[in-house]
Amino acid sequence: MASSAPELLLISLPQLAAGAAQTLAISALGIVFATLGGVLYGVLAAVGNRLLNLLLQVYLELFRAIPVLVWLYLVFFGLPIFFSISIPSFWCAVLVLGLWGASEVGEVVRGALQSLPRGQREAGLSIGLASWQLYGYVLLPQALKRMTPPTINIYTRIIKTSSLAVLIGVVEVIKAGQQIIERTYESVLIYGALFLFFFFVCYPLSAASRALERRWAHA
Amino acid sequence: MTFDTAFMLSTLPAFFQAVGVTLQVGLIAIATSLLVAVINATILVFRTPYLWRLVKGYVELARNTPLLIQLFFIYFALPTLGVKVSGFAAAIITMTFMGGAYLTEVLRAGVEAVPRAQLESGRSIGLSEGQLLRHVILPQAGILSLPALFANFIFLLKETTVVSAVAVPEILYTTKNYIALYYKTYEMLAVLTLLCVLLFLPLSLLLRYVERRLQHGQFGS
Repeated sequence: MASSAPELLLISLPQLAAGAAQTLAISALGIVFATLGGVLYGVLAAVGNRLLNLLLQVYLELFRAIPVLVWLYLVFFGLPIFFSISIPSFWCAVLVLGLWGASEVGEVVRGALQSLPRGQREAGLSIGLASWQLYGYVLLPQALKRMTPPTINIYTRIIKTSSLAVLIGVVEVIKAGQQIIERTYESVLIYGALFLFFFFVCYPLSAASRALERRWAHA
Repeated sequence: MTFDTAFMLSTLPAFFQAVGVTLQVGLIAIATSLLVAVINATILVFRTPYLWRLVKGYVELARNTPLLIQLFFIYFALPTLGVKVSGFAAAIITMTFMGGAYLTEVLRAGVEAVPRAQLESGRSIGLSEGQLLRHVILPQAGILSLPALFANFIFLLKETTVVSAVAVPEILYTTKNYIALYYKTYEMLAVLTLLCVLLFLPLSLLLRYVERRLQHGQFGS
């Protein structure tokens, strides 16, 4: 056992850092996929095709009704059995976080697009914009202010939820912490450090989301 | 691929119990979280000196850290400090810690959403602070925060799956247990998915309905 708490923390730092890098990688990839998927979802939902809306609705409800942890197990155990595809647990976590995040971001994007005045769409169409131009140049830029604060909040939820990856065997920051605890029995110190790690990643994002929401409240 | 339906049926009593545990953990956590939230929101709304800052700090800490870490801290780290808790107790304590913070924010936002003119007109007709709270603020704040409260209740109920990590025998733990014991992976995953859909989908749809109804109610106010 290490002689003192600071000393212990110092020597376990590289291992924790490697775990933290994995956690941040899962979160970052999840956030990228959630954002791309979410914008796609939002635009498709705003187009207003009946069949498309039904499909998106089913997708959304499945991700709302089934908890993320259950999705992790479904993908982790289910993909090999049902589709004979075996993907590493790291990518299982990225896939689930991305798909779940896309449904959440998608609803935000859809809501922001629908809150824009009708005249914007009509004016765009009347000057002959193609629909990708209409969304790319007129609608999405205006919706950006409404969707950014709630989307940042979803990012913090993705980061927090990435912690569940440890339960399907990803060696991320919690697993790294547990390995150090097995060696040193310093569970209070390590779990305390993990707690602060997530707090210092998520708190700035939540604070930014709140500040932006206040600043843009009248936009 | 064939489904062993006989096996699935034989696990039904166990899953019936597991649903009971899920509901038990979820409902107790919702009740205790609500209690914590009402106390905290009152402190925030009245800006009780010192306590107010403490509550703010607690809300930020609990909202910006994962439930799993909070759970592991209570279940694995506290015993080394001499505080031993069962998995079930750890689950309730952690979910109350997190849920209390979320619900505090919901209630505070509800009170703040009541238009200032309501307060001022209440004062101008001579209502006392207590009357103002009871007859003007709380009824309106209650309605305003209802959809968000309900959404958070569902969220807490779904989060009970996380406490499977400390061996609380709820639906996910039971599923994992059967998979480990009998290797009936796809049967058990099917049962788990079905249970989630049966338990949470109606609640989620009901929430959407309530949200729409209350949005209409707000028009013109």
